[in-house]
Amino acid sequence: MNLTIQDLPSASWKRFSSMARPLVLAVMALTSCTSSTMSTGSLSVGSPTLTLQSLQVTPPSPDPRVGLRAGLFNAEEAAWNMRVVSTTPPPEEFVGITNSDLAFKGNYAIQGNYSGVQVWDISNPSNPTTVTTFVCPASQSDVSVFGNLMFVSGEGMTGRLDCSDEGVQEAVSHDRMRGIRIFDITDIRNPDYITNVQTCRGSHTHTVLEDPDDQDNVYIYVSGSAPVRPEEELAGCSDALPSDDPNSALFRIEVIRVPLASPEDAAIVSSPRIFNDLVAPPEHGLAPEDILALDEAKASGAFIVEMGGQERVLSSRMLDPMLRDIVAARGGSGPPSAADSATLRAALPELIASAGANPLEDLGPTQCHDITVYPHLGLAGGACGGYGLLLDISDPIDPTRLAAVADSNFSYWHSATFNNDGTKILFTDEWGGGGAPKCRATDPKEWGANALFSLNGDNMEFESYYKLPAPQTSLENCVAHNGSLIPIPGRDIMVQAWYQGGISIFDWTDVSQPIEIAYHDRGPTDPSRMGMGGSWSVYWYNGLLVSSEIARGLDIFELTASEAISQNEIDAANTVKFEHLNSQGQPELVWPYSFSLARAYIDQLERSHAMPANRIDNIRTRLADAENDSGSAQRASLAGLSSRIRGMAAQSGDAGKVQMLADALEGLAEGG
Amino acid sequence: MTESISEVSRYLASLFRSASSLRAGVVSIVALSSSITLGCASSSQLTNSDVPRVLDPDLARLERIYRAREDSIRMVVNDADANFMSGMIHHHAQALVMSALAPTHSSNSAIKTLTSRIINAQKDEIAVMQRWLGERGRPVPEVDTSGTMTMSQDHSMHMPGMLSPQQIDSLTLAHNEEYDRLFLRYMIQHHNGAVGMVHDLFATDGAAQDDFVFKLASDIQVDQITEVARMQKMLDEFMRASPNR
Repeated sequence: MNLTIQDLPSASWKRFSSMARPLVLAVMALTSCTSSTMSTGSLSVGSPTLTLQSLQVTPPSPDPRVGLRAGLFNAEEAAWNMRVVSTTPPPEEFVGITNSDLAFKGNYAIQGNYSGVQVWDISNPSNPTTVTTFVCPASQSDVSVFGNLMFVSGEGMTGRLDCSDEGVQEAVSHDRMRGIRIFDITDIRNPDYITNVQTCRGSHTHTVLEDPDDQDNVYIYVSGSAPVRPEEELAGCSDALPSDDPNSALFRIEVIRVPLASPEDAAIVSSPRIFNDLVAPPEHGLAPEDILALDEAKASGAFIVEMGGQERVLSSRMLDPMLRDIVAARGGSGPPSAADSATLRAALPELIASAGANPLEDLGPTQCHDITVYPHLGLAGGACGGYGLLLDISDPIDPTRLAAVADSNFSYWHSATFNNDGTKILFTDEWGGGGAPKCRATDPKEWGANALFSLNGDNMEFESYYKLPAPQTSLENCVAHNGSLIPIPGRDIMVQAWYQGGISIFDWTDVSQPIEIAYHDRGPTDPSRMGMGGSWSVYWYNGLLVSSEIARGLDIFELTASEAISQNEIDAANTVKFEHLNSQGQPELVWPYSFSLARAYIDQLERSHAMPANRIDNIRTRLADAENDSGSAQRASLAGLSSRIRGMAAQSGDAGKVQMLADALEGLAEGG
Repeated sequence: MTESISEVSRYLASLFRSASSLRAGVVSIVALSSSITLGCASSSQLTNSDVPRVLDPDLARLERIYRAREDSIRMVVNDADANFMSGMIHHHAQALVMSALAPTHSSNSAIKTLTSRIINAQKDEIAVMQRWLGERGRPVPEVDTSGTMTMSQDHSMHMPGMLSPQQIDSLTLAHNEEYDRLFLRYMIQHHNGAVGMVHDLFATDGAAQDDFVFKLASDIQVDQITEVARMQKMLDEFMRASPNR
């Protein structure tokens, strides 16, 4: 038997490779070792018949998250494999108003709130202090930072240009701000509101794209899901179908360019129609029911058009803008008259003929909820209506769709996260919009969950679902929400907010079998009614897990060492340092060479039984000896250990991980 | 026929019984569980039942501000918002009636999944809209045990996308693929009507200034647009599978 990569069909190899590569390599090593025995110096060579053990954890049973006592500021809590470093209530101005997303800059955590923005100094994580409470109402106040700039999303009807809190009573008003506000935070205690970019659908969320090839600008992808504003409020806004109005604000995203030298000149530079031709138009005739419906519609005086050789009933969605145009054309206002309807009826055949395209074809989703860009790979994950999209963003102003997936279990595609090496992508389903209790024991595990895909080139292949395993009560709004990777080297670990379901940390290294490894949860905010609460988002930032609690303020956690994550792995994660973080602008994680990095890999090889225990012990001893050396002696012992370990790769159960360990030691030798 | 209607009635009755008893049930669950001792084995696990029940004065003050702010938000009620909530409860109730037929009228698993999710989602939304109205002293539309509304019957018929009595009858008489196709067509019509209601709300002076109303209406809008696209796709697939039906 001589199994090689070439013997496997390439497609299946790719798929196989991401899931079971270590195992295949182990088999390959097994088949090849009959002809050659590796010499590994003074380290003994054990039996190479090793198979990887998958991650085993023993969660507390019964699950302590079930049945926690309610309370706003004194709810009962449960935690496993993580600890609360601090819990800080919101400033008085924001109490009772929804806290939203987080961004980070230096020692500051910047927390959005429907009434403005809260800046915390987290340099002492056990006692975060208020730096700025900046009142400027806007929902959802999704926040991002770049350099000395801060960006804030506004979508709701109450946001005002002047930041005052009186709301905007008129349905059409030039006082209203829906879009992106831009602040200069050179003096973070006094954010300076320098400009805003208004958009037709407002900004539910936004994503800052730092293009590696463009040092002069940053780009903002705007996602807006609310209805389109009236043209009278913001010129050029149209909610007609694109076939009727090429400038339609539907079926597109907005790209804002922010010149760093003159951020006040920020403006929309493109409105890419990334959904075009997402689904081929149906090719079929009318069903009897449709024929019956058509007859009924004709009898009731509906507008009928002929398209593609078929009669169809015009929906009010298409009809209403046309009628409005006719009313406007005669200089009138208010609802259309019978004469207006007659005018339209007469003009329809010509209108349809001149439109050229079939306006009823499936145009895909009308918007995205959120887009996560991964500039390192030139890719983005778009969570857009009923689809998860993979986008090529190598040209920031012209993102193009590479692939799309749909899932009948997904209600509403909400957000995306890549694993660090870009071989997997995770999408969340915010079923119920975040205000509903979708984690009850009776709610299916596939609904309101994460869907995990392997990513091979342009191909996204579904692998599994992950949903918070602990059932929640009907008093707790709960569904998959925002999170980030935790930089445990050599593994894919994510921390995620589930609103009042709390925080769940899971390992998705094996993408077909995600497994929970830590959590924190509280009882409901209210013992008798469902109040909005829980973790909106939780992100790893420089060793801390920082959570924006909708009702309760700011929570900071730390991982604690466990069977699932060793102290060495935590220490290695904490060598990764960010100067700033916008989670939807996913940064590539890069680990500096360190002794903790090497120890983390050794712990992983031990945990997976990829090497015999005596060999692991031996490597640890030698690494400790090397650490006690210094100067050239240390470099020599590290280099020697690295090369000997590299020689063991083929006989281990996880050649890739062994090579990573050897690389880390070699890097230490060269850097030290 | 009569049998299937009474089955639907029983099903809906059970849904609403559980909804109305929810509050009492949950309170008792919480009361029960807070008396359970949560001691478990893992060394790094914490169940912090020692969180004090009596708050320190600063937190107690913030909690009073929280409750007062909740109360003051409820004091200001816009009529358009209240009418939207009330109308949408009627609208959702009909979606439940349409979807509740699926277990007895459909043999298609995709339709059953879709209708289960519509029932789950819209039942939850009905509950929050009822609570929103109730907490503001507004009349709360109730859903009776037959799955239809007990008040404002006439009003409901005028809301966009609502099925006519004839359409409800057609759907009730249809079975299997006939039900599936009719359901999809009618629910697309129904959802588009709800989307129109949101657009009308946002076009009304003074409306949706309440963050909760804005969020709920906006969520209904995106969820139902997304679901319309999904249902259109399902309908297209039915058509492709047997175009002559």
